[in-house]
Amino acid sequence: MAASSVAASELLYNMKKQILILHPKASCLIRRISTRSSRHYSQPQPRAKSAPEQLVGVVGLEIHAQIHSNTKLFSGSSVRFSAPPNSLVSFFDASLPGTLPVLNRRCVEAAVMTGLALNCTINRKSLFDRKHYFYADLPAGYQITQQRRPIAVDGMLTYSLLGGKKRNQVMRKNVHIKQIQLEQDSGKSLHDDLRSQTLIDLNRAGVGLMELVMEPDMSCGEEAAAAVRELQLILQALGTCQGNMSEGQLRVDANVSVHRPDEPLGIRTEVKNINSVRYLARAIDYEIRRQIDVLQRGGRVQNETRAYDSKTGETVPMRDKEGLQDYRFMPEPNLPPLIVYEDNTSLPTGTDACQAVVVQKIREGLPELPSVKRDRLVQTYGILPEHSFTLVNEDGLVEYFEAVLKSTKKEPRKVIGWVTNSLLGHLKQHDMSVSQSPVSPPALAELLELQETGHISSSVAKQVFQEMWRSSGKTASRIIHELDLGLVSDMAQLHSICQKVVDSNPDVVQAIRNGNQKVLNKLMGLVQKETKGRADTALVRTILLEKTS
Amino acid sequence: MLKDYVPPYNATVVQKLLDQGAVLMGKTNMDEFAMGSGSTDSAFGPVRNPWSYSASYTEQTGAAPDSDWVVSGGSSGGSAAAVASLTSYLALGSDTGGSTRNPAALCGIVALKPTYGLLSRHGLIPLVNSMDVPGILTRTARDAAIVLDILQGQDMRDSTTVPAPSSPTELPEDFDVKNICIGIPKEYHAPGLSDETLAQWSRVADMFERAGARVEQVSLPHTQYSIVCYHVLCQAEVASNMARFDGLEYGHRSKVDASTEAMYATTRHEGFNDVVRRRILCGNYFLLKQNYQNYFVKAQKVRRLITDDFKRVFSSGIDVLLTPSTLTDATRYHDFIQEDNRTRSAQEDVFTQPVNMAGLPAVSVPTALSRLGLPIGLQLIGPALQDKKLLSVAHWIEQRVGFPSIRDFEDSSERRNEIGVTKTKQTSAV
Repeated sequence: MAASSVAASELLYNMKKQILILHPKASCLIRRISTRSSRHYSQPQPRAKSAPEQLVGVVGLEIHAQIHSNTKLFSGSSVRFSAPPNSLVSFFDASLPGTLPVLNRRCVEAAVMTGLALNCTINRKSLFDRKHYFYADLPAGYQITQQRRPIAVDGMLTYSLLGGKKRNQVMRKNVHIKQIQLEQDSGKSLHDDLRSQTLIDLNRAGVGLMELVMEPDMSCGEEAAAAVRELQLILQALGTCQGNMSEGQLRVDANVSVHRPDEPLGIRTEVKNINSVRYLARAIDYEIRRQIDVLQRGGRVQNETRAYDSKTGETVPMRDKEGLQDYRFMPEPNLPPLIVYEDNTSLPTGTDACQAVVVQKIREGLPELPSVKRDRLVQTYGILPEHSFTLVNEDGLVEYFEAVLKSTKKEPRKVIGWVTNSLLGHLKQHDMSVSQSPVSPPALAELLELQETGHISSSVAKQVFQEMWRSSGKTASRIIHELDLGLVSDMAQLHSICQKVVDSNPDVVQAIRNGNQKVLNKLMGLVQKETKGRADTALVRTILLEKTS
Repeated sequence: MLKDYVPPYNATVVQKLLDQGAVLMGKTNMDEFAMGSGSTDSAFGPVRNPWSYSASYTEQTGAAPDSDWVVSGGSSGGSAAAVASLTSYLALGSDTGGSTRNPAALCGIVALKPTYGLLSRHGLIPLVNSMDVPGILTRTARDAAIVLDILQGQDMRDSTTVPAPSSPTELPEDFDVKNICIGIPKEYHAPGLSDETLAQWSRVADMFERAGARVEQVSLPHTQYSIVCYHVLCQAEVASNMARFDGLEYGHRSKVDASTEAMYATTRHEGFNDVVRRRILCGNYFLLKQNYQNYFVKAQKVRRLITDDFKRVFSSGIDVLLTPSTLTDATRYHDFIQEDNRTRSAQEDVFTQPVNMAGLPAVSVPTALSRLGLPIGLQLIGPALQDKKLLSVAHWIEQRVGFPSIRDFEDSSERRNEIGVTKTKQTSAV
């Protein structure tokens, strides 16, 4: 992990409490936490304003990430999205009597990898438990999970928010990861109300999940959304989870409560049924507002589970299952304790290194994490932090950017705008991914080269880009030639046009001669109009100045 | 619950036997879900001990088999009856608290409860996952050794299996007992132990001594807590293991379909007998958050103490423990059912279940007939993974006790045709 982010977080930790109102509409209040482990605030500072203590939101997250593996956590059935119902079910998944769980090594490695990337302590020895409840999509009547001792604990996720007036200030924040545990996914139930029946599909039953618990260190929807977004990027970079919320690969439940700072935490509600990062932010903000509203009217917040309705933007109470559930946790007797080894030297004699999970090996094999990547891009190319965010955020965009740079002499700082605005803008408009772009990196590079070397003006370049987008495969030079968009190179012609403009605007010329430089732009605009934007701006300026002096 | 269920796969131990050319003759009766010690609580009716029809029983007691027949023990009573009635050379059972050794003793055959983890449990419908093992029932110790060789070994499909220790297949014909030390645990003088069983115990102990073995009294002080501890852990695991029987994926499903809950409840009520239901309810009680520490965790701690008792004894020079297998010989069915299943289990399992708690190997060997003409067996317990040695000692006993073979009930010819048991000397499969 980047040393700078740790330093930043240290700074955050030591900062005294401040309350900033970021976005009045969302009434989101950002708190800086003074100590890591306690929720109590030392050294209360005198408030800058004399406003009464306001209720602030407290948000924790419970995230289930589906492990990207070929087979399930305890059985050999395949893991695939959208397969025919009940076609990926082994005897064990269907809970046939006599079948036993066999642990999938890849899932353990994925959990260790994720734990390391999030700065967790990996438990050398972790245990499996049974969590009992009756539900149609849980064939065995219990879920195998890690309640007593999960595989990883005590980590930290650093994420960033773009804040400030222009939303271009990068603010780094931390959220503690309480633990990461391995557990089984359940099947899917589809309710057929027409025929009063429920259809059960067990394809998903037994798929490996990593449950990540994020401590209530966040205070609003935006923070939670940013944290989840960063987690998605990390998981995707590691390859341990594909992180697609709409496909259910990443499921986020929010624990929301409100309180006044310095007071104990309020009653929390759990918000479920959130299918995207955007909905996550909205759901949390709605819930915070709702709770504040309840309290301000003298009511009490109930400890309940609520579902987010994306159509109305509200959270509604979920059907109460059976009051408080006692899950009757019991150790899973069919699975011995899971032991992972620090390095090859700590392996017991006679054990083959390929048979065991060795933490050091996994640590060495960790790919470049998003935050490191971002810092590297800023360092290497001198681009702004918010640009590196955009680059890393979009799948394949970094590679595209770097490919363009290879084929052009233009400075990265000048290329970045094209990539993050023009290209990305067009992609988003047509709901396309980077890989589907009709404009390839070399093609864009060529366009930029032509602009850089003065063959076309910047406004023409944008026009050409549009054309290139529309007619995929046509090179920039071809388009320029076909549409005759090249910069006017005939100096005599340019001079005559400028002269014409000067002659037909005597009062403007007079103003310039009197010292008003600004109105020069008006003349320049007229020249550009005449040349259909094909005149070199700097050159026109020089000529006009000459003619009006 | 599993009345119409046909499993779509073979258990590892079954597959191994089939791979060796064994012929599966059939499946045997047992207590429902292996809960019981008499094989009397089955959907198919109770199992009758073949010795009920033997000359020794009927002549000694003048009993009429159809009304005075005795239980076979349980829960793997059907398997014991199959081997004892000379129908088969080998039967498999399961042993969680003595379910293989108990019927073997009452039916006069040899049973091996292997070390936990030596035989794969893949395909064994679990009762108590941390104590279950597949049991081997044969006519002689040498047969058991042959079967053990085939069945033991690590199985990828069962994460609790261990690699088999390497040892020769054949049991030594002339095992020298001068090198071994037999331990007699004093706590196993349990109330209810019949004088005849006690006499057999002494008889065999003396045999060892006369042959030059060292015979010593030892103490397993936590034995008295064992049965209660066993019940708590057993019921907790049972409640968990039975949670999968909901009628949804396989097995019996009730016709009630007002809601999923209603369907579950009726299915489980219809599909389980009251022994099973009682254990599930108790087990769930013990696993409740407020009770977990006091019952489950405490029981696990006591379990460790019991295991340590054995460990201590075996590391102080004792090679094998000699104990009774059951309190008495087989009881008449009509007397047996006077007490409920729970009480019976608590009484009958007293010698056998501490072994399951500790995961050790044990063998039951028939030594003599009682004055009623019914078999009495003794139990040998050994340290973990020393199954072969245990069988060698069992074989030594076999060679010297002269246990008679079962003979048919010599009455009217129609009886003979019904039973179809022919007179044979007790032979081994080889």
